Amino acid sequence: MSLAPGGARESVFEARGVTKTYDMGEVRVQALRGADMDLFAGELMVLLGPSGSGKSTLLNILGGLDTATAGAVRYRGFDLTHATDRELTRYRRLHVGFVFQFYNLIPSLTARENVAAVTEIASNPMKPEEALELVGLGDRMHHFPSQLSGGQQQRVAIARAIAKRPSVLLCDEPTGALDWETGVVVLEAIETVNRELGTATAVITHNADIAGMASRVIHMSNGHISSVEENTARRSPRDLHW
Amino acid sequence: MRALDIKLFRDLWHMKGQAFAIAMVVAGGTATYVLASSTLDSLKTTQSSLYREGLFGDVFAQLKRAPENMRERIAAVPGVRFVETRIAVPANLDLSSYPLPISAMVLSLPESGPPALNALYLRRGRMPELGREQEAVVSDGFALAHKLQPGTSLTATIYGRRRKIEIVGIVSSTEFIYQLQPGSIIPDFKTYALLWMNHDPVESAYNMTGAFNQVSLKLDPGASQQDVIARLDDLLRPYGGLGAYGREDQVSHKYLSEEFKQLTVMATVFPAIFLGVGAFLLNVVSTRLMATQRGQIAILKAFGYTTPAIAGHYLKLTFLIVALGCALGLAAGQWMGRGMSAMYMEFYRFPRLEYVLRPHVIVYSVIINLVAASAGAVLAVVRAAGEPPAQAMQPAVPGNFRMTILERLGAARSLSQPTRMILRNLERRPMKALLSVLGVALSGAILVMGGFWSNAVDFMVDFQFRQSQRDDLMVVFIDATSERALYSLTSLPGIRYAEPFRSVSVRLWNGPRQYRTSIQGLENHGELRRLLNTQSRQIDLPEDGLMLTDFLARKLRLTPGDMVTVEVMEGERGVYAVPLTDVVSEYIGVSAYMRRPALNRLLGEGNAISGAYLAADMTTAPTIYSLLKEMPRVASTTARKRMLESFYETMARQMLTFAFFNTLLAATIAVGVVYNTARIAFSERSRELASLRVLGYTRSEISYILLGELAVIVFLAIPLGCYLGQFMCQLSVAQANDLFRVPLVILPSTYAFSALIVLAAATVSGLLVRRKLDHMDLVEVLKTRE
Repeated sequence: MSLAPGGARESVFEARGVTKTYDMGEVRVQALRGADMDLFAGELMVLLGPSGSGKSTLLNILGGLDTATAGAVRYRGFDLTHATDRELTRYRRLHVGFVFQFYNLIPSLTARENVAAVTEIASNPMKPEEALELVGLGDRMHHFPSQLSGGQQQRVAIARAIAKRPSVLLCDEPTGALDWETGVVVLEAIETVNRELGTATAVITHNADIAGMASRVIHMSNGHISSVEENTARRSPRDLHW
Repeated sequence: MRALDIKLFRDLWHMKGQAFAIAMVVAGGTATYVLASSTLDSLKTTQSSLYREGLFGDVFAQLKRAPENMRERIAAVPGVRFVETRIAVPANLDLSSYPLPISAMVLSLPESGPPALNALYLRRGRMPELGREQEAVVSDGFALAHKLQPGTSLTATIYGRRRKIEIVGIVSSTEFIYQLQPGSIIPDFKTYALLWMNHDPVESAYNMTGAFNQVSLKLDPGASQQDVIARLDDLLRPYGGLGAYGREDQVSHKYLSEEFKQLTVMATVFPAIFLGVGAFLLNVVSTRLMATQRGQIAILKAFGYTTPAIAGHYLKLTFLIVALGCALGLAAGQWMGRGMSAMYMEFYRFPRLEYVLRPHVIVYSVIINLVAASAGAVLAVVRAAGEPPAQAMQPAVPGNFRMTILERLGAARSLSQPTRMILRNLERRPMKALLSVLGVALSGAILVMGGFWSNAVDFMVDFQFRQSQRDDLMVVFIDATSERALYSLTSLPGIRYAEPFRSVSVRLWNGPRQYRTSIQGLENHGELRRLLNTQSRQIDLPEDGLMLTDFLARKLRLTPGDMVTVEVMEGERGVYAVPLTDVVSEYIGVSAYMRRPALNRLLGEGNAISGAYLAADMTTAPTIYSLLKEMPRVASTTARKRMLESFYETMARQMLTFAFFNTLLAATIAVGVVYNTARIAFSERSRELASLRVLGYTRSEISYILLGELAVIVFLAIPLGCYLGQFMCQLSVAQANDLFRVPLVILPSTYAFSALIVLAAATVSGLLVRRKLDHMDLVEVLKTRE
């Protein structure tokens, strides 16, 4: 865990009073109602909450896929709330890695090429092969998504997310579509990346058991951060059960 | 309203852009069909109802001069119901407002009143009153061309004598719906008029007291036309009969029939291709559209809807789109059909038009479109509904991809991932890619077809009126005359050169096959009238024997070396056997040619000529015209430049208007197809494009993937479209007729135009889709499971 001078932890994200309101015609849905949170460098944070609690919205805002209606979101001092589309694209391109529940791989590209699709446009990427080795898929490099299992596809997605050496890795229900066995392998891959590359990682889940692998757990409900707890006894994914 | 029906309208509204584009494809095909068939049906219906009510004759004959009492003998021929005789006199008219020579035919009205056969329709004014020697009614085409009103006076030179004529009425005639000056192939309302006058003045002007020189017959139902013609020929032979003929050889009817044949080809081939292409595209598009509904179909199935119920639901959606297209197409087609028919009316002088849109045209166009659309839609829906709902609600399993041939050959190592995506998407479903290419190509092809007609017409005109005919003026004498008459022509001021010709009406026979035409006796290697083959090279007229337009030779089943029976329809009316020595390919008209001396020898006459082609200094034209009018032997003078103009004013205008409408409809189809191709590609790819955006790809970079695929399709489609277009043009000219053999001439500019429209359609569609890409809600797209 890296410490900033003076002993304070270095924040990758600072979110203060973030609200998000969706205008759905005549109804206004408040997805976030003044959320405050930080993601610190190198940590593995789990964002826990029931569906509809606003965790995906928060993650999307952190990742530059969406903008806050009010409040401030900063990425290493850079104001994400008022960034233009061009700036957000550049931000995603250089700094953020995403992993989704439904992998979202490009079916027409092999595992290696899916990763290369990102490394080709990044500024200081690792080799696609290296990224795939990291998630344990060195031998599946030339397979197309249709030739891979769900867990393998998700690990390609992780390799694709981290190949650019992002500062943050954002995972939205990465094991949501997987069984326990494969889910564990995917979580191990995420943990490996966090540990070996020091990538600040946020994992969204509604599965409280997964929180066991986090260094910090943020609980969300109804658009608020309801509590933050430090996890002093981190467990390896293999020891988690759900 | 049932929830499903509400969904239907919402879905339709949601996909309004696409639905409209599909409707345009349907509308384009339907409109072409309605335009063509309603125009043709209207013209044919009008023609037959006028023939019936106006008692259009069945048999016609012209002769030198027969006494009026012959009329009873003709009436006594078995099968003859009515006989009408008259006097026809060629004349030249003077209109102070028009400098060019005007030829006319003056026809006598029966003494008893208006003609019983071949009725006249009074459009304005009144008929000449009995006893009024100067009064005449004039053909409406001529009146319209010169804006003549009843009350106008003009001067006519009849048989060398000048007379003042007062126009009291304007008429159209069932007999002259197609008003063609004898010897011409194009109607020219400005330089040719028909005049009807009382019997007495015509009789005296032409020295025809108690005689007639034209006769029309109406036959009893079931009477043998052939027998009547034979009997009439026998009766008239002593009086210089020129050979009786039936409707099929009556000039107006014959040309009308040939024009209708030409129109039928256009009205069959164009709509068949358009409807076919439209139906095909509709099928492709509706299949794709339904494929994008996979998730929704699964949800409906999960709710417990049966597959037929779901198929029915989507069929309704398809039907609504098709119905919209059909309605648009029917309305547009009818509107254009009326416009087109009205334009034909200026050309065919029908006194009225009965616009007809037959119910079967509507029924067919609706059925064809519905079947095409529903076949595509049902197949796609059934395929989607066949999946277990749970599976269908999951995101689609990633498709099976593999390395493209290019990559396996190692030729693509340096390709970027987006480029690989483009290539693999295309190669993974080659059939789909092929259909897209074919769809866009077909829309390009029909554009080529639209432009082709204008190329072909220009080419024919250039060939006929610039390369083959190079005279400034053509003079025709009333009767064949001595070659010495040439001197009177060359001595006119401004005439540089005169080239004589002899023209004689004949009937050509080969066994039972016969064709009425005239033999043109020309100078070999003439300067002003050049016989050209289709390579534009001047050809030799055979020393002896006959040369025919190849189309006529085929029609008579003759090949060079065969003997042709030539029945001369004037003078001594000899019958000769003449060898067919050669054939010549020509684009306009059908003719028979001989060297003039050979023709003179055949007819047993000296150096007779029928007229001459003149090369003249046209700055002195007014003087030449006025001097020619003074010559009693000159029947008509035609300026080639005027013929060219009149060709563009009449025939070319119709064909080009038709082609223009078709181009418009083709462009509509092209835009509809290209937009749909782009739009559906967007639906199919939005998920992976959104993923790439999330990974940090810019808008331009993801646009490249989608639009790159579209670009590859369009660039493959353009050359294929040109090729298919050429093929379709070939189909549309395959059927020749007596008037034209349309050459397959497609200029590069036509291909370029087609390519340009397709490119423009692709660019606009690309921009529209690009806008959609720009406004794509990444989170939403990624959440949506297809």
